[in-house]
Amino acid sequence: MKILMKGNEAVAEAAVRGGCRAFFGYPITPQNEIPEYLSRRLPEVGGCFIQAESEVSAINMVYGAAGAGARAMTSSSSPGISLKQEGISYICGAELPCVIVNMVRGGPGLGGIQPAQSDYFQTVKGGGHGDYHMLVYAPSSVQEAVNIMYDAFDKADEYRMPVMMLGDGMIGQIMEAVELPPMKDPSTFPKKEWATDGTGIGKNRRIINSLYIEPDVLEEVNHRLFKRYDMLKEKEVMCEKYLCDDAEIVIVAYGTVARISKSAVNDLRAKGIKVGLIRPITLYPYPEKIINDVAKQDCVRKFVTIELSMGQMIEDVRLAVNGLKPVEFYGRTGGNVMTPDDIVNYVLAKEEK
Amino acid sequence: MAVVFKKTNMLTDTPFHYCPGCTHGIAHRLVAECLEELGVEGNVIGIAPVGCAVFAYNYFNCDMQQAAHGRAPSLATGIKRTNPDKVVFAYQGDGDLASIGTAEIIHAAARGENVTVIFINNAIYGMTGGQMAPTTLVGQKSTTSQSGRQVAINGNPIRVCEMLATLDGPSYIARCSLSDTANVNKAKRAIKKAFENQLAGKGFSMVELLSSCPTNWGMTPTQAVDFVKEEMTKVFPLGVFKDIDKE
Repeated sequence: MKILMKGNEAVAEAAVRGGCRAFFGYPITPQNEIPEYLSRRLPEVGGCFIQAESEVSAINMVYGAAGAGARAMTSSSSPGISLKQEGISYICGAELPCVIVNMVRGGPGLGGIQPAQSDYFQTVKGGGHGDYHMLVYAPSSVQEAVNIMYDAFDKADEYRMPVMMLGDGMIGQIMEAVELPPMKDPSTFPKKEWATDGTGIGKNRRIINSLYIEPDVLEEVNHRLFKRYDMLKEKEVMCEKYLCDDAEIVIVAYGTVARISKSAVNDLRAKGIKVGLIRPITLYPYPEKIINDVAKQDCVRKFVTIELSMGQMIEDVRLAVNGLKPVEFYGRTGGNVMTPDDIVNYVLAKEEK
Repeated sequence: MAVVFKKTNMLTDTPFHYCPGCTHGIAHRLVAECLEELGVEGNVIGIAPVGCAVFAYNYFNCDMQQAAHGRAPSLATGIKRTNPDKVVFAYQGDGDLASIGTAEIIHAAARGENVTVIFINNAIYGMTGGQMAPTTLVGQKSTTSQSGRQVAINGNPIRVCEMLATLDGPSYIARCSLSDTANVNKAKRAIKKAFENQLAGKGFSMVELLSSCPTNWGMTPTQAVDFVKEEMTKVFPLGVFKDIDKE
């Protein structure tokens, strides 16, 4: 049965059903419904909710709880995610599974509270210090956000790394009909032998740590992490292709912008212009090969990357296209969101030149 | 031959890396002895800080997590809230706890988190080579206050116990010294009390240990313990600042 839910609340409920039993966060718009919902929901299932004194503290509570074996998460929005970057780097270094939600708002600085996609760089290119990545999902509907969140803790556990759900503000605030999946049974989750559950003593001691003072050891750790990222590239890439087979112009967009773009693609097709859409669902690993394959199609004349930023993902599109075809950019910022007509007009104006 | 002294089981056999005359070794031993005497072996999660004690995870014979600088109380919160039956302790230095981690320690105390914090105050940044700490005494020389800490430039030392004792969350707050045998024995009693409070579910407990750092103070070990006794205790008086059992 479908029910009408606000994105943030649907994501929070999906987290609980996916096994989350610990949430640590700090208020920031536009994601406040997540902590508000979980503050009453988690105690119902024997979980713990804490409003921390800061984002810095919240992400470190996640580190502690995740290191001790809990399915733990935090959520925030752009300026708050900046504050969490220290903890995210440590979590990646210590190889801890957890889930982080970023309902992105405009920046830089305090920016605004309206939807944006200007955290692409800090999400997929690091953000914190050191060589690391996270598994990053960018849903374009509330239902997709629910589905991703439902399995996010399984993925985090499987790869022992943080999973980030990158929502562009809009996903958190929009209300849509969703089908909620059934509650997962925590007793079926795999046991974490590495977790510091307190029983360790002598040779069985567990140490959660990201300090490797010997250069050779740290180098080995970095190589181990990157082998895991190679596995992500092999197994976890998610991407939707829409009307690309005969496309002359291919739009690349993610999240809410991909939905707006899809309407524009339909409108442009009705006008006789052959446009297609590539929608990356995982931003790391990036669907590089899929984009490259489309770039090799003879019918494709050019790519247009559309984002709610000054152009961040376009760098990965260019890397994937690798010079085979031109890559243009159209974007809005500041919390402004383009309409399908804006995209149609952009494409038409370029075609008339 | 009769055994008159045996190293506690709650320490591993890894040799300490600490400098001669440093009191971290004594502090480690006291914490470990208390844990063993309370019979909580195989039931403990400790947290190592950033600073000289970063390698504490190699020394305590229990599950350990290593925290980012100043964040140990947040880790302790996350661990304890998801493992309420386990003994959780954080071991922090003065730069860690009283400078970069002030928000974390204050709020963990204010929430009354049922964890124990061991706070090593040696009035200096040891690991990074002797820079001024939040607890460096006025007039005390460091590599970043080379003619001695001046109030007009560097402000005043922070008294953490007195500050935390104003909060309703903590159950036990004490400051002890590791400068001589009598004080070491008192410190052990305080640490034990702090852990007993946690086991009884009474809430946050912290023991500050005035410690010596002869290497970075530029003193011999004996001069250093004298400095603790004669100078540090003037600014950081010893005593119990909060004890809910006596309120």
